[in-house]
Amino acid sequence: MCGIVGLYLKNEALYPQLGALFKPMLIEMTSRGPDSAGVAIYRNPVPEGQVKFSLAHDRSDYPWSALADSLAEALSCTTTITQKDTHAILVTDADEKTVQLWLSEQTPDVRVVGRGNSVEIFKETGLPEEVYARFDLEAAEGRHMIGHTRMATESAVTTAGSHPFATGADLCLVHNGSLSNHNRLREELKRKGVTFSTENDSEVAAAYLTWKLQQGVSLKDALEQALDDLDGFYTFCIGTGNGFAVLRDPIACKHAVLAETDDWVAMATEYRAIATLPGAEKARIWEPRPATVYAWGAETLEGLSQNDGELLSAGAA
Amino acid sequence: MPQLDLKTQGLRLINSTLQNATPDTESRDWTVSNPMGQHAIACGLDKELNVTVDGNVGFYCAGMNQKADVTIKGHAGVGVAENMMSGTVRVTGNASQAAGATAHGGLLVIEGDASSRCGISMKGVDIVVGGSVGHMSGFMAQMGHMVICGDAGEALGDSIYEAILYVAGTVESLGADCIEKPMTPEHEETLKALLTRAGIDKDVSSFRRYGSARKLYNFNVDHAGEY
Repeated sequence: MCGIVGLYLKNEALYPQLGALFKPMLIEMTSRGPDSAGVAIYRNPVPEGQVKFSLAHDRSDYPWSALADSLAEALSCTTTITQKDTHAILVTDADEKTVQLWLSEQTPDVRVVGRGNSVEIFKETGLPEEVYARFDLEAAEGRHMIGHTRMATESAVTTAGSHPFATGADLCLVHNGSLSNHNRLREELKRKGVTFSTENDSEVAAAYLTWKLQQGVSLKDALEQALDDLDGFYTFCIGTGNGFAVLRDPIACKHAVLAETDDWVAMATEYRAIATLPGAEKARIWEPRPATVYAWGAETLEGLSQNDGELLSAGAA
Repeated sequence: MPQLDLKTQGLRLINSTLQNATPDTESRDWTVSNPMGQHAIACGLDKELNVTVDGNVGFYCAGMNQKADVTIKGHAGVGVAENMMSGTVRVTGNASQAAGATAHGGLLVIEGDASSRCGISMKGVDIVVGGSVGHMSGFMAQMGHMVICGDAGEALGDSIYEAILYVAGTVESLGADCIEKPMTPEHEETLKALLTRAGIDKDVSSFRRYGSARKLYNFNVDHAGEY
């Protein structure tokens, strides 16, 4: 089943309320996905020359500052780390790939769940309301956020199997639906060098997009090619550094609704998740057409095609 | 006029109040405010009530309706008026997928657009859409009429039985076993009456009629290619 939501603020005056506006949206989707939840929030962009990682560990008492110190010493770089429950946001001026390599060798039990200039990804098992509170998101400020509430059908209820799945720098994916050709596609992507951390079908969709972007395909083209290569039911919401994109499968099997006012753009699996936003009753509301890419911050959609990573890994950005 | 507030009273109380209302002794007219996109609002009504829902509703609003007239002042989610038996359901905005699904009777008016699978498996309802409908509308439609004042998406009337479809705009494609049929004066009269009941002013001469070619009723190997 699952529920997905996205909110993009057009009015800067609302930025301080992003987390508070988003909270009821995610919680309203609890009945569609009570077993885990996750969000990607775009905030506090780091200066040029720095990179931000979202890290996660099974334990909420993991010694993150020791990790940051070891990393700083090993790579002679600056690091700042902020813990949020089982997750931590690491900002460093070291080379991105070197950091990923160091983390995978030195701290293999730490998962890299997101990376980029502004994205921060938090996800856990549990009720959406509890997950939201654990990561202190209500007070969060920023421009846009996407989120997911999960009712697992294809694979285990684990943090690693929760959404969003990172697909590249500042890119991530939430999925409502189920893919029927994910096993075959996973094997094909593995042969191309992509690594996987779960048996989750949505991770395959994320890996597919990651791989396409790494081949230099634009996000828009990658989504359009996904229409041919992904078999199954899906509504995707893809968070980007500048906004979000929405795509439904060619028969529009899974629900989706879009709404826009002068102040915000929102997407959700069901309208009731949008109903609490200020001015929702007067919003322009419509259902996205099947097999059509919708995007906000669209002027940057093509620009987001650049993906520099050689470490082909979906769940681990 | 009695007013119900979904936000403070909750869905169950609202629905049971409406289902137990006695229009002969108390008010016939009811208003529901703050629907907030919640599901199954004003479901299972079976008395001659006039219910106005003031705002956007979620899934299955006015489902299984009998006799009541329900007006949704806003947009409706999936399956509005699903399995309606009689009465009228009016949506002043747009409707999501599967509007009027399996409905046996009554009138469903969608003043805006309807999404995909509008009138899926309809069994006698009359549906009038002021705007356009999405793909697979009228899928397996068995009885009743669907009037589309705008355009129809892909595969209109796929596997249709004896429902009659009228479309004023363009049809992206017809589904299996759905064909265009001639408009006779009788059909124009029926269409005019439907538009009048729906309160939509539209010239009947702009419509085309579609229905079943009746080739798929029974399996015939000569028609295997049609499936």
